[in-house]
Amino acid sequence: MATIQLTATLPSLPDGWSAEKDFKPIDHLSAPISRAIEPVGPHFLAHARRKRHKRTFSEDERIQAQQTVAKAQEEDPGDISEDEDPALLAREAKDWKTQDHYAVLGLSKYRYRATEDQIKRAHRKKVLKHHPDKKAASGREEGDQFFKCIQRATDILLDPVKRRQFDSVDEEANIEPPTKKEVQKKPNNFYKLWGAVFVSEGRFSVKYPLKDVPKIGDANSSKEHVEEFYNFWYNFDSWRSFEYLDEDVPDDNENRDQKRHMERKNNNARKKRKTEDTQRLRKLVDDCLAMDERIKRFRQEGNKAKNQKKAEKEAAEQAAKEEAAKKKAEDERLQKEKEEADKAMKEEGKKAKEAAKNAAKKNKRVIRGAIKDANYFADGDADAKTIDGTLNDVDALILKLDNEEVALLSSNLNGKDKTGAKVVFQEQVKTLVDAGKVKEGELKWLA
Amino acid sequence: MSAEQGSPEPTQDQPERVAIGISFGNSNSSIAYTTAIEGKAEVIANEEGDRQIPSTLSYVNGEEFSGTQAKAQIVRNPRDTITSFRDFLGKTFEQIDPSPCHASAHPVSVNGGAGFVVQDHTEVKQPEKSTLSVSEVTTRHLRRLKQSATDYLGKNVTAAVVTVPSDFSDEQKTALSASAQKAGIEVLQFIPEPIAALLAHDAKAQIAAEGGPASEHQDKIVLVADFGGTRSDVAVVASRGGMYTTLATSHDYRLGGSSLDKVLVEYAAKEFLKKHKTAKDPRETERSLSKLTLDAESVKKALSIGGSASFSVESLIDGLDFNLTVNRTRYELLSNKIFMAFTRLVESAVQKADLDILDIDTILLSGGTSHTPKIASNLQSHFPESTIIISPSTSSSAINPSELSARGAAIQASLISEFEKEQIEESTEAVVTVTPHLHNAIGLVVAGGAAGKEEFSVLVEPETPVPVRRTAQLTVKDGGDVIIKLAEGGRSIVVSAAEKATTNGAADSDDEDDDSDDEPEENRSKVWATQKVIAEAGLRGVKKGGKIEVQVNVAADLSLTMVCREVGGKGGVRGVVQAARVELNGNAA
Repeated sequence: MATIQLTATLPSLPDGWSAEKDFKPIDHLSAPISRAIEPVGPHFLAHARRKRHKRTFSEDERIQAQQTVAKAQEEDPGDISEDEDPALLAREAKDWKTQDHYAVLGLSKYRYRATEDQIKRAHRKKVLKHHPDKKAASGREEGDQFFKCIQRATDILLDPVKRRQFDSVDEEANIEPPTKKEVQKKPNNFYKLWGAVFVSEGRFSVKYPLKDVPKIGDANSSKEHVEEFYNFWYNFDSWRSFEYLDEDVPDDNENRDQKRHMERKNNNARKKRKTEDTQRLRKLVDDCLAMDERIKRFRQEGNKAKNQKKAEKEAAEQAAKEEAAKKKAEDERLQKEKEEADKAMKEEGKKAKEAAKNAAKKNKRVIRGAIKDANYFADGDADAKTIDGTLNDVDALILKLDNEEVALLSSNLNGKDKTGAKVVFQEQVKTLVDAGKVKEGELKWLA
Repeated sequence: MSAEQGSPEPTQDQPERVAIGISFGNSNSSIAYTTAIEGKAEVIANEEGDRQIPSTLSYVNGEEFSGTQAKAQIVRNPRDTITSFRDFLGKTFEQIDPSPCHASAHPVSVNGGAGFVVQDHTEVKQPEKSTLSVSEVTTRHLRRLKQSATDYLGKNVTAAVVTVPSDFSDEQKTALSASAQKAGIEVLQFIPEPIAALLAHDAKAQIAAEGGPASEHQDKIVLVADFGGTRSDVAVVASRGGMYTTLATSHDYRLGGSSLDKVLVEYAAKEFLKKHKTAKDPRETERSLSKLTLDAESVKKALSIGGSASFSVESLIDGLDFNLTVNRTRYELLSNKIFMAFTRLVESAVQKADLDILDIDTILLSGGTSHTPKIASNLQSHFPESTIIISPSTSSSAINPSELSARGAAIQASLISEFEKEQIEESTEAVVTVTPHLHNAIGLVVAGGAAGKEEFSVLVEPETPVPVRRTAQLTVKDGGDVIIKLAEGGRSIVVSAAEKATTNGAADSDDEDDDSDDEPEENRSKVWATQKVIAEAGLRGVKKGGKIEVQVNVAADLSLTMVCREVGGKGGVRGVVQAARVELNGNAA
């Protein structure tokens, strides 16, 4: 082999890359395929020589080598074997329009699924069996009608255009949509029966090859899958056409009007059939959709979800409302409480004031009483001037004192005799003088 | 297989083995030899000057005609003319398809196999016809071929390499071998027709580029399409360093040159009936049909070369002569369906091989029908531009496709004629031929393109038989330390749609949809991607602009040796990846 010249550039060695002796094996080669080399050509001779030099020739190895070789030459899988219906064998070639070409070739279980290769093999198989020359050679003169049928079938099925025309009107390949009763018989019948219908309808798809046409799926299919499935079928692009059912157009040049009339008629018939087919398919999909439990389920689920959402929303609203109401009530309550508290406080204050007033009055009275009881601190009968001065001083003292002090004073005075009361007054005056509230000598009657 | 002389003393019967190549077809046979000095393969013309000798035998009053003369007898003497018998060999009567013989002698059952009933003796006393088995017919035909070759070479031909279709069974080969033995030809080896064609093509290419760089075999996938007279066979072959591995084949037993003849016959018959309104349909009368078919064949051949050709049949039916000129455009229009079928057959073989049409590097057209220019141009338009189509109409250096397989057989004959029969048989045993082939490509991960993205550069193509060695060189522009990553790669087909029409329109836009039936323009390309890295090697201190050589050596046990070195530099990196377990045999020099 000549040296291969590459123009690409090599990446530079990454930093930190290192390996023992600068070589790092990472993986193995993938498993090889065994194939047979053609024993032809000078290079093979060299190969054979190389190989034979270290050969160990055991029978086992030989057989093994033969068995493991990948098949380049495939064998007939033998999938085309159907019993021939005597009625089919008795067909006239001229009635080819009504002939089931797949049945003639023994491909009726494949139909539109038959590959070109299968058709070729089927044709060959039939030719080997039914060739008129062969029959004549073995002394059976049966005519070549069925052989012509075979040829016609092959001609049509091997021509992609003609095959589509035939497949379009191949009633045998159509699968009748199941009724509601059939579907309801067994839980999975819907998918089985309708699935088959859509597989057969899918053969007309322009968009996809047969195997890629969306499948009906099963009960667990996702919503997206089901929606895609129905969307595909509602927008189905079909190559189905109805030329095959055309009435024969006379092939002579004599009656041109007649010919044109026939052509027009055929064209209209085709169009009509096509429209009918489109409508049929639409109805089919409608029917299927109506029976599809999944759609119902999705709807229910959808509704449920919606309802739930709604309920949640409502609940949220309700909660918000309640919250607001609650807050309002709370506010009101707080307000009220506050008002009440204020009022209570006011009243309390009033009461307290009054009480204090009363207490003060009482205390004052006590104090005055105490003075009186102490006989105005006079020895013997008090003169008017002493009484007056003392009372004035007591009043002045009371004025100097606040309620508590008055209360304290009154309580101190309580139960005191004449001397004790005088001491209390003197102390009180002293306290006041010390506090700087009363000037020295001001309340001299009490000192 | 060294050139040892197994039997140094030549036996008296066979002083020297003279081996030729025989292409034994259903419709035509060819014989070829290799010139002693140049080693070039040449096809031998028989005594009539034909290089394509019709595989036909005809008996006229007991006298045997062969080749072109015999073929002409189909018209006058159809039941004593034997055609298209090769495929009947080694088959039971139930297995044979008599369709191609419809116009000539019909096959009959002889001892379970096929045979023909013909008047092949002159004695008047024995008016009964004799029954010939297919193997007897084959022997007679091969004897004729042998005689032609012997006359031409001046030496008695004793051995041959014979080409057979790739689906020829062992029974068929045994039967053919026995028939050849009776004709005095020892069959050294049967080789498949597509491989023979490829061998002939490669040998010619090698001679043409003698000494040049192209003289080495390039790795490529070749599709050999053998379009014969009554059947067509396609084989996808991986050509790796001069060794061929068939990846897939596909066959069509009723598609061939005769299908094209039939189209011309239909057309000619219709034209004839237009001209002669009262005449009988020539297709209904056997002799008229044969005349027309023979003429159609020559018209078809002429149309492969010229722009127009004419039918000229004297007394086609009821004494009426028939003349009709057909131009090539008309012919191509009429035969379009057949041409499409050829393309589909080729495509099906590519699919069977699990390949894409982008994987096919070369299409080699072989067989007489390959002369038709339209077949080649159809294939060219169906396949990407990178695919080279080798046929007379697309490549001036192409070998005559009718001669390809005979030449290939002759080359093979010259290669093995010196070996003992047992040696040849041993070498063609499965033990020798069955070889592990690489499943994935092996290549380097390189930085390619402007974006500097990692790319996979193929060193060893997939489907290469091991052991294999490949060497590549690349330039390191900037020098310095480089890393060489060896990896397995897989190819994928990337489709980039160029403006795809949206067809999911509403159901009522049916009429508009019809317009968008044209297939959207797609750009398909083959892209290699790294699948797994096998090994890494670091090469340090490469000179600026220096060249690196990477050699990959896969042994028969799938262990891999990699050697990287700088060209002209000292040292290098060498490492081994074991097949079963990773082991480092670092051995830097």
